Amino acid sequence: MTSVENASVTPVTLGGTRGGPDTTTLRRDHWWLQPAVTFSVLTSFVVYSSWAAFVNKDYYVGAQAHRDLLSPFYSPCITSSCVPGSHPSHVITWWSLSPALLILIVPLGFRLTCYYYRKAYYRSFWWSPPACGVADAHGSYSGESRFPLILQNVHRWFFYLGLILNVILTIDAIMAFREPGIGIGVSVGTLVLCANAAFLWVYSISCHACRHLCGGQVKRFSEHPLRYRLWKIVTPLNARHMQIAWTSLVFVALTDLYVRLVASGVIHDPRLF
Amino acid sequence: MSEREVNMRVWRGDANGGNFEKYSLASQEGEVVLDVIHRIQATQAPDLACRWNCKAGKCGSCSAEINGKPSLMCMTRMDELPEGDVVVAPMKTFPILRDLVTDVSFNYEVAKRVPAFQPPPPPEDGYRMQQVDIQRGQEFRKCIECFLCQDVCHVIRDHEENKPAYAGPRFFIRYAELEMHPLDTNDRREFVRQKAGLGMCNITKCCTEVCPEHIKITDNAIIPLKERVVDAAYDPIAWLGRKVRQKRKLTPEEAVGTVSHDVATDPDS
Repeated sequence: MTSVENASVTPVTLGGTRGGPDTTTLRRDHWWLQPAVTFSVLTSFVVYSSWAAFVNKDYYVGAQAHRDLLSPFYSPCITSSCVPGSHPSHVITWWSLSPALLILIVPLGFRLTCYYYRKAYYRSFWWSPPACGVADAHGSYSGESRFPLILQNVHRWFFYLGLILNVILTIDAIMAFREPGIGIGVSVGTLVLCANAAFLWVYSISCHACRHLCGGQVKRFSEHPLRYRLWKIVTPLNARHMQIAWTSLVFVALTDLYVRLVASGVIHDPRLF
Repeated sequence: MSEREVNMRVWRGDANGGNFEKYSLASQEGEVVLDVIHRIQATQAPDLACRWNCKAGKCGSCSAEINGKPSLMCMTRMDELPEGDVVVAPMKTFPILRDLVTDVSFNYEVAKRVPAFQPPPPPEDGYRMQQVDIQRGQEFRKCIECFLCQDVCHVIRDHEENKPAYAGPRFFIRYAELEMHPLDTNDRREFVRQKAGLGMCNITKCCTEVCPEHIKITDNAIIPLKERVVDAAYDPIAWLGRKVRQKRKLTPEEAVGTVSHDVATDPDS
């Protein structure tokens, strides 16, 4: 009988032959469905936002329509090619392409390096892995430890820049209450811009980098009661980051679409009060 | 109590090879996969090897892959599995010993490399910690070391060559627990970045999906660790702060005050 005294150390085996069949997966459920849906929605968004960014028109509803609605894809409109009236005044003169191409760098960078979207596109686009228990589609793997994926660590930089953009979009939403030639009022467009700004704030605040900066990096919460309180507010939002990420992504595209339809005269922006 | 006929396809074999063998037998209402495996042992294949102990989801012994999903056999109810054959295979990431039993000693080797808990010298009235300071780490203490998270992690599941340089989710929660411990004085951020392979994790959350203790491994351990690494290595504002204060970034060896490569001591003991 083996006692504690005469027990020998179990030899450690690194490498060795694995068991089980040599197949991609033994899963028989619809594991492909989630990556397929993610792929479809993200691709649709990329196609729409690229078209909207390159088209460079119908992004502002101005005084002629008694409105002040600016698409979030073109805000802040800071190049000399911006439509007159789309605030603020032009500060960049050397950029001749669509202003959206310049502006979208920040939200694109923020979402591209977001911890949730990383999971989403690593699974659905890169198949690394496509689902849990399903083989990675690549022969070798170094993850985010080397260039270019090591650049995912700049997420926090985009978080800082994204907050500035949120402030600008909030100002846009407030400006949307202006109805030139009429006064102050609320239209459907006003509510759409307000909701869009709110969703983007919630998306930023629920982000993992925000949770860390609010209090996650602290070793002793008891010595930082304010940061602990902030961390406790952000943590439940962070748990719903995926849902918030999708909601804000879809809504920002719908906001652009609404402004675009009004600006091009396809629909009228109804005044509520 | 109702009974139904089930078809089990169980991996039989060792390092020299193997294949699935089919067993048809009755399963009673409320049974788990481990019950059926035990009945196969008792009635049809007495030499079928499987590891188990508590049958209550607390010992972490009976890890296997059921219909391709890493799971505990004792916590997977037969009546929750879809119709058709139930496929039971050993964990793929570790070398096979026999049938459903794998050699998980890779994990014990990784455990030895975790730099030890290092408290400051004890004050006269002893150490004191507040609940609010230790509650984050307590989630990680629920780990039962079933190693399902290590098994499902594609970094080593599909790339054996990464094993020497990658700690894996089970040990990232250990690193996170130590980093968040109010009394620990070691700084493991450079160590976890350069030596434990934190950058190889691409946060696809499979570890969280399979954890039988429902530990939020990715959100509460790995991402906070990645953010701490950003503090130390990639944040321009933190970098500027270090420059102003003339503070040099520590090497991994300097950062962990006691680079003890022994098994980490238990902070709660």
